[in-house]
Amino acid sequence: MVSGLINENPIVYEIKERRDVRAYSSNTDELSVDAIDQLEVFDILFVRDIKDPEHPYSLEQLKVLTEDSVEVDDTKSHVRVTFTPTVEHCSMATIIGLCVRVKLMRSLPSRYKIDIRVAPGTHATEAAEQVSVDSRNSK
Amino acid sequence: MRIWRRSGNMGDRSKETGKEFSFGKNGNRGNQQPARLGPKDKKISNMRGPNPPKTKLRNVGPMRGLVFGPISGESGLSARGKRLRVEKENVGRPGGVFAGDGELDRNVKNSGHVSATGSRISPCSQLKATFTTTSSILRSINLWVDSLKCLKDCAVNYGVSRMKKHYKDLWPALKDALYASTKTDLSFGLESLTSPGIEMGEIHREAVNLLQRLVKQDISFLGLVVEDIRVNMVFDTISRYLRYEEMLDTSKLEVLVVSQILSVSARSSVESCNIIFQTFFFRLMNTLGIVEKTSTGDLVHNENSTVSTRLYHGGLHLCIELLTTSKDLIPSSEECTSTPESAQQSWCSIVSRFSASLIEAFTSAVQSSNDDCSADAYLGVKGLLAMGMFRGGSSPVSRSEFEKILTTLTSIITAKSAKTVKWELALKALVCMGSFIDRYSESEKAMSYMAIVVENLVSLVRSSHCSLPHPMILEATSEVCSTRPTYVEKMVEGFEEAFCSSFSDFCVSLGPMTLDRKVFTIVSVSISNKQGIESFLISNYYLENTCQVNGNFKSIENCSQLLECVTNKLLPRLTEIDGLEKSLVNFAISMWNQIESSIVFSYDFKGREFVEAAMKTMGEIVGVASVDSQNSIIQKVYNVISSSTLPAMESIPLTVAALEGASPKASIPDVKSLVHLFLVSFLKGYIPAAQALGSMVNKLGTGLEEACDTIFHESSASGSSIPSDDSSKTIGGSEALLSKICLGFYGSLDLQTHAITGLAWIGKGLLMRGDKRVGEIALVLMECLKSTNSSGNALHPSAMKHAADAFLTLMSDSEVCLNRKFHAVIRPLYKQRFFSITVPILESLIVNSQTPLSRTMLHVALAHVVSNVPVTVILDNTKKLLPVILEGLSVLSVDSVHKETLFSLLLVLSGTLTDIKGQQSVSDNAHRIIECLVKLTSYPHLMVVRETAIQCLATLLELPHGRIYPFRREVLQAVTKALDDPKRRVREEAIKCRQAW
Repeated sequence: MVSGLINENPIVYEIKERRDVRAYSSNTDELSVDAIDQLEVFDILFVRDIKDPEHPYSLEQLKVLTEDSVEVDDTKSHVRVTFTPTVEHCSMATIIGLCVRVKLMRSLPSRYKIDIRVAPGTHATEAAEQVSVDSRNSK
Repeated sequence: MRIWRRSGNMGDRSKETGKEFSFGKNGNRGNQQPARLGPKDKKISNMRGPNPPKTKLRNVGPMRGLVFGPISGESGLSARGKRLRVEKENVGRPGGVFAGDGELDRNVKNSGHVSATGSRISPCSQLKATFTTTSSILRSINLWVDSLKCLKDCAVNYGVSRMKKHYKDLWPALKDALYASTKTDLSFGLESLTSPGIEMGEIHREAVNLLQRLVKQDISFLGLVVEDIRVNMVFDTISRYLRYEEMLDTSKLEVLVVSQILSVSARSSVESCNIIFQTFFFRLMNTLGIVEKTSTGDLVHNENSTVSTRLYHGGLHLCIELLTTSKDLIPSSEECTSTPESAQQSWCSIVSRFSASLIEAFTSAVQSSNDDCSADAYLGVKGLLAMGMFRGGSSPVSRSEFEKILTTLTSIITAKSAKTVKWELALKALVCMGSFIDRYSESEKAMSYMAIVVENLVSLVRSSHCSLPHPMILEATSEVCSTRPTYVEKMVEGFEEAFCSSFSDFCVSLGPMTLDRKVFTIVSVSISNKQGIESFLISNYYLENTCQVNGNFKSIENCSQLLECVTNKLLPRLTEIDGLEKSLVNFAISMWNQIESSIVFSYDFKGREFVEAAMKTMGEIVGVASVDSQNSIIQKVYNVISSSTLPAMESIPLTVAALEGASPKASIPDVKSLVHLFLVSFLKGYIPAAQALGSMVNKLGTGLEEACDTIFHESSASGSSIPSDDSSKTIGGSEALLSKICLGFYGSLDLQTHAITGLAWIGKGLLMRGDKRVGEIALVLMECLKSTNSSGNALHPSAMKHAADAFLTLMSDSEVCLNRKFHAVIRPLYKQRFFSITVPILESLIVNSQTPLSRTMLHVALAHVVSNVPVTVILDNTKKLLPVILEGLSVLSVDSVHKETLFSLLLVLSGTLTDIKGQQSVSDNAHRIIECLVKLTSYPHLMVVRETAIQCLATLLELPHGRIYPFRREVLQAVTKALDDPKRRVREEAIKCRQAW
């Protein structure tokens, strides 16, 4: 167990309060369209619920993912998620990336192109991880 | 135990230290050890003299023979006693952000010990530790609160003599706590008029409790407070700023905290109050310019100092806080009358010396305030309120002064022509004072209150010619007067008078018209049969045909506002105020008197408002009144109507309806003509008439047979009684039975649809009382749904639609009538009964239906029936119903008109899916259900339908895997499509559902 954890003491952050205001406003008009946005991808698509592979905290609590790390363009059907591994040498980055990708693929309309990135400079083998996530995706 | 023996020759100090150690160590194992040591400890500690706190630091190091004593080289670390041992388990993971560093946790332990071990341990070192942590290290709220609580326990347990030594340390710590926990934003809002006006955090509350405890216990603690430099500084601070907003945050804080400190210490006991007042009140008065320093240095009360009064907000606030707290002390001092008055009440005399000037100052603060600055008004009103709330005969405020306060507040209310903060504040203050007088039953003050406030306001209501807008007067009056029953009486009297005068005013200004009676006959119906709304609509119906517009609408507007006020403000509080019912019944009767004596009435939009208000008020009054008062009102109504010159045909039936509603046992003289009237009206398309008829057949006692005969078997049109109207003319012949009209044998389409709707309401009335004639009605309605009627004529689609909707009327709970509020007769399980009658017939009709339209309509009707019946009934019949429901869903999804019906039917389906009872048949029909639901996931007209359909699909997963697996692909496809739904909620459900499948 001693050698098992890559980051033994991750910093745990408080989760921000959910914004519930929107949920009510959206159902008033039958014809209005709620576009898919940042928060929806982040919040409603349950990125929050993916757990860190080695700790019982969600990715949000560990600030691996934040609301700002999600970029959505509904008209162009494109999502880009940039995540920040907790430590530079985190070998779990690939797994996290894949988790996020699968989750999004299952939860977004098929027209979306999903792009997962490791935040620049936060991982030792950034490029390698990138390749690995993408290649697994292409299978 | 060894420790004690060994340290015996080391003198008091080391004993103390040793104790310290064993104590700290015990901490790690919980509290068992101290419990055992108890008696001995106590003994030792009793022998011990005062302990200079510092000694322990010196002696800890060299201790020899401690079981868990410090090892060499660590003596420095151990200087704090417990540190050595506690640290290891409390430090936590370095870098982890979960709060608690070692310091904090340790202190919790400390606090726990002190309170747990109580008086056995020397308070000295523990207290010391707690102070230092309280004031400097700790910033965690819980710990702070715990420390303060623990200190309070110390104060209780250790007693004065022991605590005294620590006052010097205690006071700064306490002060720090207060300063740190007070926020600088003082609220000048309405709601804080009766509360302290600042937010009380937990720390703050504990700190205040501690302070109060300390002062109560030992008056000498107050010496520290009084001499405190910061407290004294504040008087300079307040004179530096005129307005609260101008103050720096730090000075705001100073003022607020000092006012808290002073008021809390003053509240603790009469003595402390005396001291505080003696020390500070003069200075405060001086700052405010009420007292002036003469050349000789004496303070002289400046009697006519209105000009020189300086209204520093800070000072006013301080002053108000002191006055508010001191007023709580009066009853306690009255209780112990044995103590000499003079010593007890010196603060009282101080206040009474200045009361006149203070009131003056507050008044000027209120009056000088302009609308954009609420602080002036707030402080002024609050000050006046504080001055007015002194209790009992020993109050420092004399009666004349009290009256002056009341006059000032009342004048604010009456003078303002717009609703401002000041107005609201003054009103609230008056209400506060009113309820305060009532609570402590102060007869003298009540008299002043009555004379000044109540009579003034009531006379304003009566006159109705003043600058103040009418609604505001009414609001003020009703608020103020509801504080005491006698005021209420007075007020209702005033209202009555006001109503009468403005109503007659209104009537005089009109030309003669004959409609008044009719309107008020209808009002009478509302009174007595409690179907106010229906009858109101009837009245509108009549009025719309015949009214003309002119007259003095201001007075009628006043009337309606007055009635509204009665309805909204007074009626809900009926149970709270004794005697209100009686006055209100009187009010209702005098309304009738007024109506009786007046002979004109006009109607337009404003008139309608009035009628509406009148109906509502009357209805509600009668609704809450006792049977006797109901009867008396009805008697009045009857008299008015019977003496009237209106055509008998129109007045009598309405009177009958009136009698019928209020007292079910009353005999009904002329059901026939009443029924006629209603029939005629609803055939003209006036639905409320149908509703009224429905509730009439619902409630009728003996007259039911007759009424039903009239409705079903006699001609609904008897020539002369029908007003000349296109649709009713066509009824013509005497054989026009209602059912035939429904089927379109006579008259136009309009007539037919009206008849169908009317029939539905009548049917509902019968259905709810469990009459079997509803079966006939259902048959007629179903006949209408067929594409062709018995004689081969094709039915119009709109008639069919109405007939289908009639089933909704029959089954649903109505808001407007025939519900519990309107005292309908409701038999249990009536919906189930109707369900079992109609569903089989509808099913067979659906099977045999000839045209798509009729099929759709039959489905709509069935959907109405099915969706309004309790779910349990459906569950008992799932096997039979499920195919029909599914077919209904697919039929209804074609047209967007039926979207609501579709949704309710879908809800029924979802109910069967989730229940264990329906499981078997759901499983049997799985393929059809899934097919249907998949279709509905893309239903474009209603978002909730899509959402529910997807939810249902997710629920279906509970079925055996083998049963649903074949549809997996189909479902996933549909749900994936739904992922791109325009609505977020649908997408959410789709994600969940997809995940699940």
